[in-house]
Order: sequence, then C-alpha cells, then structure tokens
Amino acid sequence: MRKLTFAQALNEALKQEMRRDPTIYVAGEDVGKYGGIFGVTAGLLEEFGEERVRDTPITESAIIGSAVGAAAAGLRPVVEIMFIDFIGVALDQLFNQAAKMKYMFGGKAKLPIVVRTTCGAGMCAAAQHSQSLEAWFMHIPGLKVVAPSTPYDAKGLLISSIRDDNPVLFIEHKMLYGIEGEVPEEPYTIPLGVADIKREGKDVTVVATMAMVHKALEAAEDLAKEGIEVEVVDPRTLSPLDKETIINSVKKTHRLVIVHEAVKQAGPGAEIAAIVAEEAFEYLDAPIKRVAAPFTPVPFSPVLENAYIPSKESIISAVKEVVG
Amino acid sequence: MPVSKETLIELYRTMLKIRLFEERVAEIYWEGKSPVFNIAADPIPGEMHLYIGEEAVATGVCAHLRPDDMVAGTHRSHGHYIAKGGDLKKLMAELFGKKTGLCQGKGGHMHLFDANLHFGCGGIIGAGIPHAVGAALAFKMQGKDNVAVSFFGDGAANIGAFHEALNLAAIWKLPVVFVVEDNLYAISVPKSKSTAVKSNAERAAAYGMPGVLVDGMDVMAVYEAAGEAIARARRGEGPSLIECLCYRYRGHFEGDPQLYKPEGEEEEWRKKDPIPNFRAKLIKEGILTEEEAAKIQEEVKALVDEAEKFARESPWPEPEEALKHVFL
Amino acid sequence: MAIEKEKLLWMYERMCTIRAFEEKVAELFAAGKIPGFVHLYIGEEAVAVGVCANLRDDDYITSTHRGHGHLIAKGGDLKLMMAELFGKKTGYCKGKGGSMHIADLDLGILGANGIVGGGLPIAAGAALAAKYLGTDRVVACFFGDGAANQGTFHEALNMASIWNLPVIFVCENNHYAISLHQHKHMHVTDIAERAKAYDIPGVVVDGNDVIAVYEAAEAAVKRARAGEGPTLIECKTYRHRGHFEGDPMIYRPKEEAEEWMKKDPIPRFEAKLLEMGILTPADITRIKEEIKAKVEEAVRFAEESPYPEPAEVLQDVYTE
Repeated sequence: MRKLTFAQALNEALKQEMRRDPTIYVAGEDVGKYGGIFGVTAGLLEEFGEERVRDTPITESAIIGSAVGAAAAGLRPVVEIMFIDFIGVALDQLFNQAAKMKYMFGGKAKLPIVVRTTCGAGMCAAAQHSQSLEAWFMHIPGLKVVAPSTPYDAKGLLISSIRDDNPVLFIEHKMLYGIEGEVPEEPYTIPLGVADIKREGKDVTVVATMAMVHKALEAAEDLAKEGIEVEVVDPRTLSPLDKETIINSVKKTHRLVIVHEAVKQAGPGAEIAAIVAEEAFEYLDAPIKRVAAPFTPVPFSPVLENAYIPSKESIISAVKEVVG
Repeated sequence: MPVSKETLIELYRTMLKIRLFEERVAEIYWEGKSPVFNIAADPIPGEMHLYIGEEAVATGVCAHLRPDDMVAGTHRSHGHYIAKGGDLKKLMAELFGKKTGLCQGKGGHMHLFDANLHFGCGGIIGAGIPHAVGAALAFKMQGKDNVAVSFFGDGAANIGAFHEALNLAAIWKLPVVFVVEDNLYAISVPKSKSTAVKSNAERAAAYGMPGVLVDGMDVMAVYEAAGEAIARARRGEGPSLIECLCYRYRGHFEGDPQLYKPEGEEEEWRKKDPIPNFRAKLIKEGILTEEEAAKIQEEVKALVDEAEKFARESPWPEPEEALKHVFL
Repeated sequence: MAIEKEKLLWMYERMCTIRAFEEKVAELFAAGKIPGFVHLYIGEEAVAVGVCANLRDDDYITSTHRGHGHLIAKGGDLKLMMAELFGKKTGYCKGKGGSMHIADLDLGILGANGIVGGGLPIAAGAALAAKYLGTDRVVACFFGDGAANQGTFHEALNMASIWNLPVIFVCENNHYAISLHQHKHMHVTDIAERAKAYDIPGVVVDGNDVIAVYEAAEAAVKRARAGEGPTLIECKTYRHRGHFEGDPMIYRPKEEAEEWMKKDPIPRFEAKLLEMGILTPADITRIKEEIKAKVEEAVRFAEESPYPEPAEVLQDVYTE
C-alpha cells in the first residue's frame, strides 16, 4: 500500500470529502493561497475555488462564530485555528455557542462543525505556540475531541469528524505532520469514540495520546527486550472516551501507565485514571502512574524544551515502577 | 520643526543597528538548517520573524520614548526592542536559548521582556494591544506623564481585541499611541482581502480618536507623526492611531517561500529602503560625511559581532530551570 | 406613506402582542412563577417589529438576552415561548434553554443569546451559508449599544463587508449597557458612524418610530437580497424597565426615563393609525382583547404543561 505523511493523509481526507459534499467549505488563516502553514490545505483552493476555501482575516472569534451560523443555516464548515494556543480569543463561540446550542435549544439545532487545530511542542516555538490543551475541551459537554496519532487514523478520523453532525475539535500534533504511514486510497471512516490497540501485551497497559503514542511504542520495543510486554492503547477520540477498551486492557494486564504531553495537573490522564480507579479498581495490582509534562508553560530553549517533553526513558521508568 | 543633528544621526544609527542585527540573525539562523529545513535545529532554533525593511517605524516612534515609557510589541519585535534601547547581547543570547538571554532562554524570539525598558512582546496577534492600554491606565492613575505604545500589524487591526482596546483607551482618555505597521500582508493574506477599509487610520474615528497615515519607509515622516501623538498623550489629551505603510523584505517567517508576493513588488519597495535613503539624505544635507557614515557602520557591526560572540559562548540553562518561575 | 394597510395593521398588532406578553411576564415573574432571569423588551417594540416586517419566514435572525420581542416579531409561538419561560417540557427548548436561549429554527430564529455580542459572528455565518447555497435569504442581527464595543462586532462587520454578506446589523441603542450610559462606554454618539470603519452604509433612525425603522430596514433588506452586502442600522430607543426584572435602576435619572416614556412607540403609532383612519377606537379595543386572550391562553398552556422528567437532563447533548 502506498504511504502518505500525516499532513498528506489529512489533505486527502479534505479533498475527498469536499468532492463528495458541496456544502463542506474550509476557512481559516492562510489556508487558501498559502495552503495552510503546515501544508494541510495545499491544493484545495486550486481545486475548489475561493467560495469554498476562504482565507480569513485574523479573527478567530468570527472564524468559529461564523462556522456556528453557517452550520445552523445548512453548511458543513471545516474551519482552522492555526495553533490551539490561539483558541483563547474565540473560546466563547466554541464552548458557549457551538457546544451548547443543541442542548439549550432543546435538541433542535444541528451544528456539524469541525474545528481543526494544531498542538504540541518540539519545535522550540515557545510558550504560546506549543501547548497541549485537549483537557480543557474534554471538559465541555456537547463538543467532541479527536486526537489522531498516525496517518491512517488521521484520514479516517477526519472523514468521520466531517460526517458527524456535532461540533468536533480535531487536534493535530504539529510534530506528527511529517511522519509516514500506509493510507488506503479510497475514503474510509474510523468511528469516533473508539480506541485502538497499537501494540498488544500482557504485562502493563500504557494509554498514550498523539505524539506520545510513538514514544510509548519505542519504549515498548526496549522493554520487550527485558521481557516486559507492554500493551499500548491509543484512545484516538478523547471525548467521548472509549472507556471499555481501556478497562478491558487493564483487566488483562492489571497495571496502568498514562502518557500525554499535556501538563500532568488536571490533564487527560487525570480523567482516565479516575475512570479506571472507579470502575476497575479490583483489577489493579499497582497504583496508576501518569507520565506528563511538568506544570509549567512550554519553555523556549532546546535544552529546556527537551526537559519539558516527556521522554521515552521516563515512560520506561514508569512502567518499571508499576511492574515492580 | 528642526531636529537636531545628534537626533538625526541617532535615528540613522538605530535603524542600522536593527538592520545589521537582523541580517546577522538570518545568517546564523540558516547555519543549522540547510539543506533540510529542520526548524528546531541550532544555533537559533524555532520560528523567526525578522523586521528587515520596517526599521523606520520602530526607530521613528521609539526615538520619542523614555526608558520608563512602555512598549508592547508583536511576534516581529526585535526592531522595537532595539529601538527602545535594548541590549543586543541579551537579545541574541535569548534567540540562541542561552541562560544569559533576556528571558534566560525561557521565552525565545517572540516572548521578550525587559523590565528596565518596560518592554514586552508575545506571539498572540492583538494580545499586546490591551496590555498597552493597561500600562497607560496605570501611568494615568499614578499621575505620571509616561506613555504606552502598542505596535501591531495590518492583520491585527481586524481582531476583536483591537476594537475593544481602542474603545477603552478613548473613553478613559489614556496616554497610549497605537501604531499599525501595515506591511500589506498577514502572513500570506493581503490587506485588500482581509480589511474592509483602505486604511486603518480611518477606523480611528470609530473610537473618537485622531488617526493618521504616514509613509513607514521614511523615518522622518514617522518621527514627526509619532512626536505629535506622543506629545498629545503626555499632555493628557488621550490616545491616537498612526498607520505606517511599510514592507518586510523577507517572508513572514524565515523559510517562508513568499509565493504570495507578486512579481516585481519587492523590487519596487526595495527602492524605498529606509536606510540607504536616509543615509544618502544625511550626507547630501551635510549632516554626515561618508567617513562618518562608514565609522558608524563599523561601530554597529562591532556591536553585532560582540552580541554573536556573547551568545555563542554563553552557557545553556540547566534542565531544572524549566521548572522555575511558574509562580512567585 | 407607501406601506400597505395590512402591513401597518400587522405591525401594530405585533407591537401590542410583544407589549402584552412582556407585561404578563413581568407580572408572573414578580409572582415567582418564572425562574431565573428575564430581560424585558418593553419600550423597544418598534425596532423588532419594524425590521421583522421586512423579513420572510425563511430569512434568519439572531437575537440577544433581551430577545422576546425579536422572537415574537419573527413569528414565534406565544404558547411555546411561555412554556419555555416556565421551564416546561412543552416549551420551545423542552425547558432546557430558558428565556435567553429560545430558538425556532423553522422560523429562522437562530436563538436568543446569553453572551453579549455572541450573535454577531453567527449572523455572518448564516449569511455566508445563505449566499453560498445560492438563496436570496438575508439575516437580521440584533444587538445593543454595549455589544457594539465587543470584539465580535468588529470581526463580524469586517467579515460581512469583505465577503459581501447579506446581513442587516441592527443596533438597538437603548443608551445603557446595564448601568453604564453610552457616553461612558464609547466616544462616539452615533454608533452608525462605525460603519465607515467597515466601508458599509450606516444609518441612524428613531427606534421609537416603527415606520422609520420599517423604511430603513426595507432599504437594507433590499440591498442585501440584491447581493449588495451588509448595512448597519442604529435605532435610538429606550427600555422602560430595568436591564433585568428586579433591577433597581439607580443609574437612570428619573427625568430622562420620563422623557423617553412620552415617546412610547405604541401610543405614537396608535395615534397615527387613528389619524389615518386605518384604525378606529373599536378596532383598538378588539385587537387588544384578542391579544389578551392569546397571552392568557399561553399562560394557561404553560401552567398546565408538565415539567420535563429529570432523566431528560442527559438527552440532546449530541446529534445521533
């Protein structure tokens, strides 16, 4: 099968969906002529034209807000917030309007919006261009949160997100854009709310997200040489979370380590740990461990940024601690 | 209004300082990043947004500022910092991520802060505009005649924070000057596609404050307009908006293929390069001789060399420092 | 004037309906029958009615926290509205929304909104969709003088202008953002002046003269339907009651309120229609009695309707 990069897989998903459904349009900063600053929307303007691929002013609250209005009036917007760090200026439209309209209006409104955004550190882009804020959005009822880790997952999940009739925040870790993987040519969907076991194992469950999935897999390779078999579970969708897959894995391995790049305090791992503690406590043979970034803004200097991002070694350490 | 010879020479020197510094940064930046563009590669990792071409704006405005006046910058703020009197060594060291940098390597090129010079900048478009308003509020409440200046681009003028900040400054009659650096593009989107009016100077009336449009490639034009606006603010007469038409000779960021710039546009703007034009003018008017100009060039180059050496030789921060300074 | 008799009568009846509904809500609220907050439209009826008289059922509106007037002017059902205010299962939002979140998507009502300025970008988006789908629908976006300082105002007007969207931005300038008078919250006297910052037409009208509002809206709707883009209409008006029911209104000088009450849009219009012979005193009595009966029917409907089941809390979060 041919290989595509993560960015190319997303690009293909967008093209295929836009060909299929004329009510889908794309809007965001530099998505048109420039093709997106990470190239994800390259070629869309040329194929679909200015009506359907719109460069916007710097105007995040109107980007998301107009997506709400357009969705309520029959279109399927796929808008981009260039960096998740910029979403602050537009939060109201996402969490108070888009996420709540269906409920507040008694079930009537249908808001099929996808907000694509980037996250993550590793480029020395510093504090306001490197955050992982997915936990904020897992906390909002009415909003789905999707976070793929591979090109295959990226294409299938984006297609599903576009076809979903709910507001979806689709988070792309910027360090993953260049990674390659096998991606089928035809359009396909991956259901939202379903996790994926990226590697099977019997000794410990490692739940990892986005870029950390790859570090967890590397750690698992190393640990296998020492006779420790790690099962790596990738939730793929953070809200709604596939509790069942995670709990079934813990029932098998009896040990859980959660790895994410978001800061540890109140991060996605806190929710996952609480769920497992509440619903699968009897199956645990060791306390749950979380491996995450420290509770600081993302520092700039490469030495500091390196110290900030959870490393493969820290994952191996945590696994060894719970295995005992 | 007659401007002293010293001031004119200082204006020239400052613009040159910015230009030589930025050009040096560009050279060093690409050292580690060819042939493959790995944005995180040393010696200067991360994104880079250079001020080359826009020097007249920062220089013309900051010439009127005191060290304790406040400046809120942008993602493209080396020029503002240098014009405000910033330390080239600490700036360069910060770009390198060294412990001796302005922010001890924690901030990087877009997040500079200098408490002595009351200077700050950040990466969120429009975020600095309300900051300047706040500083101006503090000055007013403390009975000082200090001024705050907010620099931002043509793209930022469409963001909600612009609207809210200008309205607030006007109703509270605050000593702040809003400087729009209109370099025609918000990354790749031209102003004609993003902004409903031809000039943001027209928008000033919507807030009840004066607004002027100046040639941002002419340091004297900027100097004069800024002088008036800053004097107004110091007298307690409230805020103003100055829109400076200028151009960035490089991309939005280093590595930007700039496909959005039409053929011939950059060459036209190169003819208006503020630095050689001002140099020629000063020599023609007998303010500088060729030898003096060459001497200034050497002096500034030496400062930039020193800054580079300092940055290269400085130590890295310790990894544990990543955990410090989250809270007081 | 060129407005047909039917339309004039419709406008009169609508304004009286809004007034009667809101006065009844005030009564019920004071009696403790309506939970939460209510923000009444009394005094501003000419604005909603003068604008909506120009709209079709398939046009859209976005509204505010003070939305009952817009909803009724756009054709909202009094029974369903009242039941929603009571928090009953039969309400517009099944009791889930309340006063500030009433919506009727079939009538193009994209919701009242609890966030000041929240409706502006939503209106721009609906207009984008209308244009994109090749229709000639328009969107009327209501907001107040306070909202005209929100970042969303700036972004939505700029976007509507550069993309040439069919929006009629209607600023209901009742001179107060809760307790802060306009001259303290902005440095311009006529908000319509801000239209220049977006290169769109801006007009000021007497918001207590329903004909003036009608005429300005008519021109703006025509422009928008013809693909000529957005307009900003500023309606100078006044709310008779507080920002919310229970507001002691200590910020308003009594003389100012009294001056504005004299310009009450309904008696003014009534007098005009009497003068023109379009209404007789008997008509007035009859119309008001019919309205009274409808409002009372709405109250009965609300009172007799059941509350939602507690389990309904979990429903309607997502679209299946």
